[in-house]
Amino acid sequence: MKRFAALFTALDQTTGTNAKVAALSAYFCDAPPEDRLWTVALFSGRRPRRTITTTRLREWAAGAAGFPHWLFEECYPIVGDLAETIALILPPPARDTDRGLAHWTGTLRAASGLDEAARKALVLAAWDEMDPTQRFLFNKLLTGGFRVGVSQKLMTRALAKATDRDEAELAHRLMGDWTPDSTSWHRLIEADDPGASVSRPYPFCLAHALDGAAEDLGPPTGWRAEWKWDGIRGQLILRGGGHFVWSRGEELMTDRFPELARTRDFLPDGTVIDGEIVVWDGTAPMPFSALQKRIGRKTVPKKLLAAAPVIVLAYDLLEQGGADLRDQPLAARRAALETLLAPLPPDCPVRPSPMIPFDSWTTLSDTRDTARSEKAEGLMLKRADSPYRAGRRKGDWWKWKLDPLTVDAVMIYAQPGHGRRANLFTDFTFAVLSGNELVPFTKAFSGLTDDEFRDITAWVRKNTLQRFGPVRQVTPEHVFEIAFEGLHASPRHKSGIALRFPRMTRWRRDKPVQEANTLADLQEMLKAFG
Amino acid sequence: MARAPVLTISPQGLYCPAGGFHIDPWRPVNRALITHAHADHARAGHRTYLCATPCAPVLQHRLGRIAVDTIDYGTDLQIGDARVSFHPAGHVPGSAQIRVEVAGEVWVVSGDYKTEADGLSEAFEPVRCHCFITECTFGLPVFRWQPQATVAADLNQWWQDCIAAGQTAVIAAYSLGKAQRLLSMLYLSLGPVLAHGAVEDTTAVLRRQGYQLPQTVPLTPDTTAADHPGALLIAPPAALGSDRTRRFGPVSTGFASGWMQLRGIRRRRSADRGFVMSDHADWDGLNHAIRETGAERVLVTHGYTGAFARWLCEQGYDAAVLDTEFTGEPPDAEDSA
Repeated sequence: MKRFAALFTALDQTTGTNAKVAALSAYFCDAPPEDRLWTVALFSGRRPRRTITTTRLREWAAGAAGFPHWLFEECYPIVGDLAETIALILPPPARDTDRGLAHWTGTLRAASGLDEAARKALVLAAWDEMDPTQRFLFNKLLTGGFRVGVSQKLMTRALAKATDRDEAELAHRLMGDWTPDSTSWHRLIEADDPGASVSRPYPFCLAHALDGAAEDLGPPTGWRAEWKWDGIRGQLILRGGGHFVWSRGEELMTDRFPELARTRDFLPDGTVIDGEIVVWDGTAPMPFSALQKRIGRKTVPKKLLAAAPVIVLAYDLLEQGGADLRDQPLAARRAALETLLAPLPPDCPVRPSPMIPFDSWTTLSDTRDTARSEKAEGLMLKRADSPYRAGRRKGDWWKWKLDPLTVDAVMIYAQPGHGRRANLFTDFTFAVLSGNELVPFTKAFSGLTDDEFRDITAWVRKNTLQRFGPVRQVTPEHVFEIAFEGLHASPRHKSGIALRFPRMTRWRRDKPVQEANTLADLQEMLKAFG
Repeated sequence: MARAPVLTISPQGLYCPAGGFHIDPWRPVNRALITHAHADHARAGHRTYLCATPCAPVLQHRLGRIAVDTIDYGTDLQIGDARVSFHPAGHVPGSAQIRVEVAGEVWVVSGDYKTEADGLSEAFEPVRCHCFITECTFGLPVFRWQPQATVAADLNQWWQDCIAAGQTAVIAAYSLGKAQRLLSMLYLSLGPVLAHGAVEDTTAVLRRQGYQLPQTVPLTPDTTAADHPGALLIAPPAALGSDRTRRFGPVSTGFASGWMQLRGIRRRRSADRGFVMSDHADWDGLNHAIRETGAERVLVTHGYTGAFARWLCEQGYDAAVLDTEFTGEPPDAEDSA
């Protein structure tokens, strides 16, 4: 674990990309293969199954440190991270050993078969042979959520450097449903034919938000436009007689969308489609809230299946007849997609997402303004001759979203953040006016600068009316502009309204509380855009 | 009959009715006894000041023309019905705890303190008392410091790495205390040490007093990295991200504070390196110091007061929170001192 802890420390100490890549690639050259494999797994979002609840970990740590439980709970919000709180509160280790990362993941796997007393003994013994950094990492294995400022892309780059292999090819190898238990370093990274897993998706091609004027992209003839739907971006894969549905977060979602099994009746084997999974009302996508009901469920009741059926709105064709089309220009892939889908009957759960013809950026901008009534978030602009690239690159694809909706709202509760934002008040509850009353309607925690968070934190400390655990009720005095992508009716919220992607866009120091928006304003918006 | 407390809180600050004086008051008073020269303890505007002898030069340097009386550590002084003495607090050079005795009842105000001897400040001295008024800036068990020698090794290793990478090591530190402590920890054979204006001024004052502090090169508007290859620069936290520092040349930035114990704050600081080092007592230091005083009553001031008072109560002390306007070392302060 010392080698892995040293890697973590090196990564954590720098914000420089080159330094991170250098530290990672050095690790991939000299760490034991089984540890390397686990490192790749952890940095690509795979982690050991959780075998111990955080409640137990907190109790055991407080007990081992000889502190009452309440004192542990006092420390946790200050530190802002459970794994770190435990690492810091424990007494120095009794022994100094150096077992590898794979040893500890193996230990955790074995723990799942043990009773609680044995698990506790195992965890306490582990803590007692690690320094705080190693303990922190071990606790992260226990609790999940391994975020260390290393993106999968950065890790892949380091891996390419260390192994002298092509980065795009490695990115593809790392996709799919492998785990360190189902493969080896050699098979995953080095072997010539790593079993060519039939379920493996392609790395998604992602876009940045358009930051300048569309006119700056050059003549419109070189570009294609389509709606940017508000669903789940995914890949539908038909290979080896089966089908697989992957989300762009690399989650295998095949079982959640059983209606997509029928695509096998319509499409040939060796087909991979990139598209948006949406709930379909027969003519248009339904709001994201309808899809949300489906996402949470591993098995879908019949009633829900009938009320909220999904389809794939296809954007792109990545594989046909088993051949990888990603290097072909978009125009050619798109033509092949339309030829493939055109003859299919209307009840097929895959249909092409329409291209939007346009001859000038001005007319396209007018079309974009109608996105909300089309149930879209805006437009996607794609260069007609662009290949399907891996990851988020600038230049070929752009998101051109609608400007968000906004309301001015009053801050009424504040709560400290976690991790980097521990000890700062960053999570706020906002209210709109209803007569003399303030009705809470949303929370938001992002959009302000560090300096603004510092200012508001100092203010919250001095203007607390009441405390409810970590939450503070504050004097209703500050107005913030809240931006959001959409809204829908929600019986679970006191205001009756739920927002999508709410965030703070401006601290309206110029506005008194009386000039904040009202509940009636929100209800108007719900009528117009809900 | 209940006795009047030796010290109470008045709108101006901690007050001793028997002696008619305040300790580290936050609003102007007639007579102020000062534990140390940091801004949240030593404010301007009092009519007269009394501090430990080695504290006076910096106090005057910071507050300008003020009326200061001094008193040596461990010397008794009768003020009204109170007997007063000052004792080393180990926080920064010249810092003191203040002992106040009224009719046989002894209270001690800790000011800010640390229990580990740093080799520069007069070392913390436990003072027996009935009631101890203690800070608890780091009064939670997640705060435990490494010995200074360990931190010094890390610090100098970083400096050496910077030199190898062709960077100037820039370390942020409060201009009184932390800056000089760092200076005394550096392996001077590695290269020259540059000092930012505020740091240089305070260091010069302490040097003239006789504190053993190595020579530093004052930073001027024209100083560049090229003139001083392999240098380490000590600057106040506010200077860390300034244009001046950015124009200086390739740098690696470091920050030394007890808060660097926490990864979240370390990342928020966005310095390249965080060194866990504080002039305040850590959890073990606080508990140790309190035990050593033999006090049965403990009043806790700035820091994690609620939790720390509750902990002390569970350990059998008669402990309570005393609300003051001291700030200690706030996690996001630019330069409190």
